Amino acid sequence: MVMIPAMQAQVTTDHVFAALADPTRRAIFEHLARDGEQNVRALTARAGVSQPAVSKHLGILKHARLVRDRRTGRETHYSAQPQALKPMLDWMGLYAAFWHDRFDRLESLLKRMDQ
Amino acid sequence: MTEPAASLSLVIEREMPHPPEKIWRALTQGPLIEEWLMKNDFQPAVGHQFSFRSTPVPGWDGVIDSEVLVIEPNSRLSYSWATMGTKTVVTWTLTPTTVGTHLRMEQTGFRSETDAAYKGATYGWTKFIGNMERVVGGLD
Repeated sequence: MVMIPAMQAQVTTDHVFAALADPTRRAIFEHLARDGEQNVRALTARAGVSQPAVSKHLGILKHARLVRDRRTGRETHYSAQPQALKPMLDWMGLYAAFWHDRFDRLESLLKRMDQ
Repeated sequence: MTEPAASLSLVIEREMPHPPEKIWRALTQGPLIEEWLMKNDFQPAVGHQFSFRSTPVPGWDGVIDSEVLVIEPNSRLSYSWATMGTKTVVTWTLTPTTVGTHLRMEQTGFRSETDAAYKGATYGWTKFIGNMERVVGGLD
């Protein structure tokens, strides 16, 4: 997969969401995060889709910086970069903060309803 | 790009020393909902379309469009939650405990639709939470 360097500069929350929205990609990412570095062949054996499809998924994961690749000779090894999840967790965190605050207000209201 | 998307969800749970019936009222009576969540024209009827309204801020019109999806008195309430081009579903589950109620809120369906929606949503919510903290601080 050919990547334009300029496009790799900006990784947004959207890229991370989009990359993980697909169940096959999520499975590949989870597999790498759990079992460590793998080559495309090993990943294809598990993924249940063709090697070109796995390569395409890896390209999208790489673009979102969820995986990193390392070449040795003719083989490329991929590993998970879980820290790339941070923008997504930050975004969800805003909603979490919102709801925690609303839970506090709900509790305060329930106390007043006693009176 | 129209890949079938799995989605992410957010779960917030809390034990509350109040019976489910009382919490249910706070979750389903418009004037009570307004006291802890937002202005609204909620009605506890499946299919009812309504909106939550907050003060608009730059990047967010302050409106959340919703539809009641599930009403199971004192136990489960679900409505859609659409704003800034993203649509999620908020589901409340009330489970009685020996000391009150286990209250669970699950917001499902976070997914990528467009770049703009997400950038906008992030900006909108940041501003919104900032404003809200000032309002809450002012009340104390």
